[in-house]
Amino acid sequence: MRIFQRFPWLQRWETLLLILLVIVIAVNSQLSEFYFDADNISNIFRLSIEKAIVVVVMAFVIINAEIDLSVASIMGLAASVLAYTYEAGQPLIIGILAALIVGLICGLINGYFIAYLGIPSLVVTLAGLIMFRGAARILLEDRSVGNYPDWFTNIAQAEVIGPFPITIVIFIALFVLCYVILQYSTFGRYVYAIGNNLEGSEYAGIDVKRVKMWIFVASALIATVAGIFYAARLGNIRANAAEGFELDIITIVLLGGVSIFGGKGTMLGVGLSLLLVLNLRNGMSLTNVNGNTQTSVVGLLLILSVLIPNMAQSFQTWWARQSFGDKEKRLKTEEV
Amino acid sequence: MSRWLRIQQVREISLLIIFGLILLFFGTQITNYFSARTFNRISGVVALITVVAVGQTLVVLTRNVDLSVGSIVGFTAYFLGRQLSLFDDMNPYLAVSLAMAVGAGFGLINGLLVSYGRVPSIVVTLGTLALYRGFLVEYSGSTSIATRDLPDWIKELPRVNLFTIGDIEMRVLPFIAVIVVIIFQLILTYTAFGRRLYAVGSSPEAAKMAGIPSARLVTIAFIISGALAGLGGFIYLARIGTITVVAAQGLELQVIAAVVVGGVNIFGGSGTILGALLGAVLIGTIEQSLIRMRINEFWKDASLGIFILIAVTTDAVLLNRLREWWAKIRQRNQHSEKTKNTVEV
Repeated sequence: MRIFQRFPWLQRWETLLLILLVIVIAVNSQLSEFYFDADNISNIFRLSIEKAIVVVVMAFVIINAEIDLSVASIMGLAASVLAYTYEAGQPLIIGILAALIVGLICGLINGYFIAYLGIPSLVVTLAGLIMFRGAARILLEDRSVGNYPDWFTNIAQAEVIGPFPITIVIFIALFVLCYVILQYSTFGRYVYAIGNNLEGSEYAGIDVKRVKMWIFVASALIATVAGIFYAARLGNIRANAAEGFELDIITIVLLGGVSIFGGKGTMLGVGLSLLLVLNLRNGMSLTNVNGNTQTSVVGLLLILSVLIPNMAQSFQTWWARQSFGDKEKRLKTEEV
Repeated sequence: MSRWLRIQQVREISLLIIFGLILLFFGTQITNYFSARTFNRISGVVALITVVAVGQTLVVLTRNVDLSVGSIVGFTAYFLGRQLSLFDDMNPYLAVSLAMAVGAGFGLINGLLVSYGRVPSIVVTLGTLALYRGFLVEYSGSTSIATRDLPDWIKELPRVNLFTIGDIEMRVLPFIAVIVVIIFQLILTYTAFGRRLYAVGSSPEAAKMAGIPSARLVTIAFIISGALAGLGGFIYLARIGTITVVAAQGLELQVIAAVVVGGVNIFGGSGTILGALLGAVLIGTIEQSLIRMRINEFWKDASLGIFILIAVTTDAVLLNRLREWWAKIRQRNQHSEKTKNTVEV
């Protein structure tokens, strides 16, 4: 495999994602003539912008060898808090503040139990998933709250730069910020170090608990912001808002080459995988594939994204052993 | 004393105490709470969670997790409902076996991907959670099964009474759950297969060195989990009757909650089936009693979440401290015995 030695980037996960992305875009543009319309390109992002925002922070969580299943429930709870205060006749800005405070509390709960009490994040955020969704149900019961003022719905709809609304601009800014933090800052290095070796990082003097706490608080806060955007885009909120989003979000992060065991993955990969999944879903929507089937395609992609590299590795070791055997045989014959 | 009260059982005992307190609380809040009706109502819900939780326990013991059980329950419930409405003279035992076989097939896919494809179980089952639900949508064409399509025997099954103890009727569905619990508790405690599951979960490397075929064991655990989810699909069909494409969506959360509350370590290697049963009973009781209290059924989820958090935290913080204290005392006792012996010598 000399070619891989010459061009090491060929072996990188990101390259594969890029190739897949190009294929998906090519196929999409063949399938539908509307694909390259400015409206459609804006739609690709606009319809999943909330998920995209949370994906960026989820990358930190998973690289840190933890998981946050509660993000979708926090999104729903934030939207519900906002809807509830608005329904009670408060100005919307109070609702947004209340949602942010509630989100902060959710993050502090998650972070405290995970970082300081040492309970597995899978369990804590599973409880959070059920609990925060329950809180949203307590607030809104089975009502639906809408009729928000124009300036609020405009957040997700008014076109600020080209066909893109402000939410997409915020997403891009957040992505760049998180890219720099994860890849170039000390904090980012800490995240990788903890994900790779928790005990080792503790001995190296990293304040593991604080890093974990920060990550979970950030995750909850960003999920809150995403929930507020979601309310702005839909203009109508029920207690089951954003239910099940965690699956898509975690799938995108893992597909981006982030290992579920932590310590591996890059923001670039996550960004590419985000583009891949969004384009894939958009292509399927354009060809009238229903939502549930889209989800199963993404699920299949998730499994394959880990399975195929594993199989390739097994094949490589098998191949190496095989050729090593040949060499041994040759050596023996030479000796004779 | 330590002979018949082991430290591992503290968890189960504390759960029993919590259960007693919860019963007392609801007893004061709800009139006529301690009645056969309450028992029947709760046992129906608990039966479903328990059966699926037993399979989940086996999987969690091996350091894995099966998130796809909700989708498997939904698919098998729909599949069986469709078969029964087409062939309404189907033998009940054949129907149950069919559901379990379909579930086992799904479990096999999970197991093979996890143990031979070396894909982490959370990734596999997160994917198959979506995939199996997609199968259901495709298979059903977004139609649903109505109760009237089903043969009479399955409609009446939830009300069939096997035997009566005092006032309490033992109905068929909870009885199935009890049988499943007893069988698997015996398997885990007394068979080589059961002990090996613990071995694989507590230390995969050591298990490998001891020559335990981990990959095969994990696959079998997933197959059993799938098969029991299939049985859960049968119970779901019998209890609910109307099956849509969202049937049993989110059941996996309740099941995992039951397992975790029941003291099965999410990182594998410790926990019992009886614990999972207690977890399921607690969750089912809280859920059904809150609904009966008529305060606000929307409180159900929030209180469940809080309860899981409390149960797990008490285990991690208080019980760990208790265990350390217990170990220290035993060490001291052994030490003093030793010194006594040397003095005698």
